[in-house]
Amino acid sequence: MSPILFWIFAALMLAFGVSVVVNRDPVASALSLVASFLCLAALFVGLDAFFIGVIQVLVYAGAVMVLFLFIIMLLDLKAEKRRHFNKLALAGGALVTAGFVAGLVRVLSLYPAGNQPFPPLGVAKLDDVRQVGMTLFSNFNLPFQTVGVLVLVASVGVIVLSRRELK
Amino acid sequence: MELLNTIPWMLIASSVAKTLFLIFLVVLPIVSYTVYAERRVSALIQDRLGPNRTGFPISLFGFKKDLQLFLGGLGQPVADAVKFLLKEEFTPAHVNKFYFWLAPVLAMVPALSTLAVLPFGNYLFGQKMVVADVNVGILYVFAIASIGVYGIVLAGWSSNSKYPFLGGIRASSQMISYELSLGLSAVPVLMIIGNLNLSDAIQYQIDNGWLLLPFTDGKLTLREFLLWIPVLISFIVFTISMFAETNRLPFDLPESETELVAGYHTEYSAMKFALFFLGEYAAMIAGSSIIVVLFLGGWHVPLLPINTLESSMTPGGIALGFLHITAFFAKVIGILIFFIWVRWTLPRFRFDQLMKLGWLYLFEIALVNIFITAGIIALVK
Repeated sequence: MSPILFWIFAALMLAFGVSVVVNRDPVASALSLVASFLCLAALFVGLDAFFIGVIQVLVYAGAVMVLFLFIIMLLDLKAEKRRHFNKLALAGGALVTAGFVAGLVRVLSLYPAGNQPFPPLGVAKLDDVRQVGMTLFSNFNLPFQTVGVLVLVASVGVIVLSRRELK
Repeated sequence: MELLNTIPWMLIASSVAKTLFLIFLVVLPIVSYTVYAERRVSALIQDRLGPNRTGFPISLFGFKKDLQLFLGGLGQPVADAVKFLLKEEFTPAHVNKFYFWLAPVLAMVPALSTLAVLPFGNYLFGQKMVVADVNVGILYVFAIASIGVYGIVLAGWSSNSKYPFLGGIRASSQMISYELSLGLSAVPVLMIIGNLNLSDAIQYQIDNGWLLLPFTDGKLTLREFLLWIPVLISFIVFTISMFAETNRLPFDLPESETELVAGYHTEYSAMKFALFFLGEYAAMIAGSSIIVVLFLGGWHVPLLPINTLESSMTPGGIALGFLHITAFFAKVIGILIFFIWVRWTLPRFRFDQLMKLGWLYLFEIALVNIFITAGIIALVK
């Protein structure tokens, strides 16, 4: 991937990520999150991980966030009121954030392998869909099936809960 | 300097050239003439004439009469476009301005982005006729199509009035519901082909006959004959879901005139309205192209020789390359005519009927169809 594209999409992703938190209007927040997901997908595509990039768009930007937006619009949520912050709470938050950033910097500086460029994969065309599928259904078959049952239970539960009033 | 050298300029130039060719010389003209065809075919079905007067206005340049080509009225799309550009761009006072402006763009861009992975021809001038030959082809199409709903939802919401809002809600629930059967009905095809790449899908159909017409390679094995059944089912489910995804009649509930004025674009005028219109037709073209690629052999024509990367620079190869592109879009236009024909034949569904059809029938049929296909692939070699 061209480093220029990486920096553009990384900067855009972070900008939209900040905008999710800063925006007071829930629709603007939701759309910023969508834009952030799209930029993240672009980063995946830049790493030749087309499958993960496309799934990112298909699942998060295309399905989950549409439902979010749908609910925000149906409930007609108004922009949040500006709150006054307690100075002490702000200072505490800043302290904790600074602590975490310092910890992260320390850990990363102690990991020299993270500074090395990864050797090229050496394949012209990566068949990542097939490889993901093969790995899922051979090495991780049982966890995969278990997750499937879990999702089924969750969706049956949702239907039971939402139908309760009808009786 | 080193940074600049890492940029693949040739690749970017050829991609831009292919994109411009595809959008401005092929898709947008097809869009505008699909609108014309829509009006002429509907007139034909209802025993009227339709727009047959507007010619190309060469009388402006001193000629006696306007130029009327063989059908008459062929200048109509041009006149429509000029009208859209010149009309007043009216923004009602009660709308949410930013999203009101954003929505038409979001309706248009995904429809055109889908075209990026379509292999619309074989080779021409030493270039493969596909903008991005990615290995997730069909998934990319579904992903971008799922983004397309934002334009409609935002248009309905930001218009801040009840009919557009109802239209937007209907559109989003309809598109989310039919995305499932659309995706599931494509799975049997992908199982047969064994690959998500759309160019490989066409290559498979060149070697083994088109999926919908498996005898086009001149032979019909038992396996092909048995697989014909699930392919037919998935073709029908896929096409019906595509009608719902593109909001075409009989599923055009989001903009049904008799109930919702014009649905989500009621408050729009001039070019902003035209962008919704173009987006809808561009989505139709993208959908038809996917049907052509998955079921009808893409640019392949039986018995016509196929050019290669080397021969595509010779005059014969260039002619063949253009023939392949023509064949692809001829098939697409055939499907588009079918879309129009259905629109003027079937009455509109009721909304609960639409949801029932999607969730109770198409979804289950597509699901069972996957198992049938898997069984046939596993048992018959």
